[in-house]
Amino acid sequence: MNDFTDAFRFIADNTALLWTLTLDHLALSGAAVGIALALAIPLGVTLGHLHRGSFAAINVSNVGRALPSLALISIGVAVLGIGFVNVMVALIVLAFPIVLTNAYVAVEGVDQDAVEAARGMGMRPHEVLWKVELPLALPLIFAGIRTAVVYVIATATLAAVAGAHSLGDIIVDQATYRLPGVLGAAICVAVLALVAELLFAGLQRAVTPRALRLEERGAPSVLLGEPNPERTAQT
Amino acid sequence: MTGALPLAAAQPVIPDFGRGSTCVRENGAFCWDWVSDHWGDTLRPALVQHLQLTAIAIVLGFAIAFVLALAAHRRGRLTTPVVLVTGLLYTIPSLALFQLLVPFTGLSRTTAEVALVSYTLLILFRNTLAGLAGVPEEVRDAARGMGLTQRQLLWSVELPLALPAIVAGLRIATVTVISLATVAVFVVNEGLGAPIYAGLQQTFKTELIAAGALCVALALIADGLLVLLQRVLTPWTRVARSR
Repeated sequence: MNDFTDAFRFIADNTALLWTLTLDHLALSGAAVGIALALAIPLGVTLGHLHRGSFAAINVSNVGRALPSLALISIGVAVLGIGFVNVMVALIVLAFPIVLTNAYVAVEGVDQDAVEAARGMGMRPHEVLWKVELPLALPLIFAGIRTAVVYVIATATLAAVAGAHSLGDIIVDQATYRLPGVLGAAICVAVLALVAELLFAGLQRAVTPRALRLEERGAPSVLLGEPNPERTAQT
Repeated sequence: MTGALPLAAAQPVIPDFGRGSTCVRENGAFCWDWVSDHWGDTLRPALVQHLQLTAIAIVLGFAIAFVLALAAHRRGRLTTPVVLVTGLLYTIPSLALFQLLVPFTGLSRTTAEVALVSYTLLILFRNTLAGLAGVPEEVRDAARGMGLTQRQLLWSVELPLALPAIVAGLRIATVTVISLATVAVFVVNEGLGAPIYAGLQQTFKTELIAAGALCVALALIADGLLVLLQRVLTPWTRVARSR
């Protein structure tokens, strides 16, 4: 346990360095998640609204999960070279499928009775989307965002091997920082991921319509980015 | 001139350092020659180690998660604490978790396995429990009505019906572990992470690309095999789908 006492001493002695790297870490993660969301949510929501492309939307996430983050970042380095943008591209590639599949499954799986009722009330397709489908789909879409955020924050740690700055800089450089430094940075990364997880869990709860909150417990596998197989089999 | 050739062949003055294809010498983007030359001494051993790392993690993780899920299935109160603890482990980034275990288990395969197992627990526990909870109450009643004991109910009714959800969990867990096992290279120089990391530190990138591609292929093949396994184990779901 002595190592851990030293680790906390390292954190206390190097707050400025750790803070800078944390901000770098967050900037990298934020940029990647932001772009992934901007691309994946409109696409997933549109496909789900039209009930089209289930095969692609579901399978892109299965293939996406198979991509090893270290290999992806490394191949990105091999193809694009070293630096912030290239790591960001790799992180976008990792986050995109998670968000896409969740957005698709969320909108596609909205209770069709509710959609029929909305149409029966004379709503137009875009009104159905904005007033019925999206509010009902929001919790699941947020589940995808939450998974992607935590995943990207975790993977951004590996950015250090590819020339972008993050808390991983310290973790992969044991020669300079020694075990206490590595442990200290690892503790910071773990705390960062947990805080992000809790923050987005809270956000997810906040955007969930009150009537749906009881159902939250019923969707455990969806939180991991796995679409409900029963639901997808129907299309 | 004709006499010089056999002499050179019989007594080589310059030792043979290998073939060094044009592609490798010119530092090509991807050299098949390198892959075939180093399949035996670099890539295949790494692939085998990777399979071992993954298999051990999945087997241990499944054993633990399965027991926990059965316990939680019987006593619902256990669910929340198990989900909290395994969720906490699942959230910690892999690179950090590997390092945080070093003071306890050192730079060893054990460290890699403990971390990899801890990532499977949440997925396998939740899916197994969800599968068991998804068994319709009428089916349970019917089974009890036929005189099945609690144990028979579990093993011959509930678990078979939960199988699709359990295999779905195994698929996610396996693919996740295959991917994460590359990161284990920071604590133990084994698996496909080793050639990836080696490739990262040199300008010649074939090693890295080949190992990365092998890793993706391994994940996709393992995923496909688990789908097949599920089809074989649950023939009734196929009948339902073809209708």
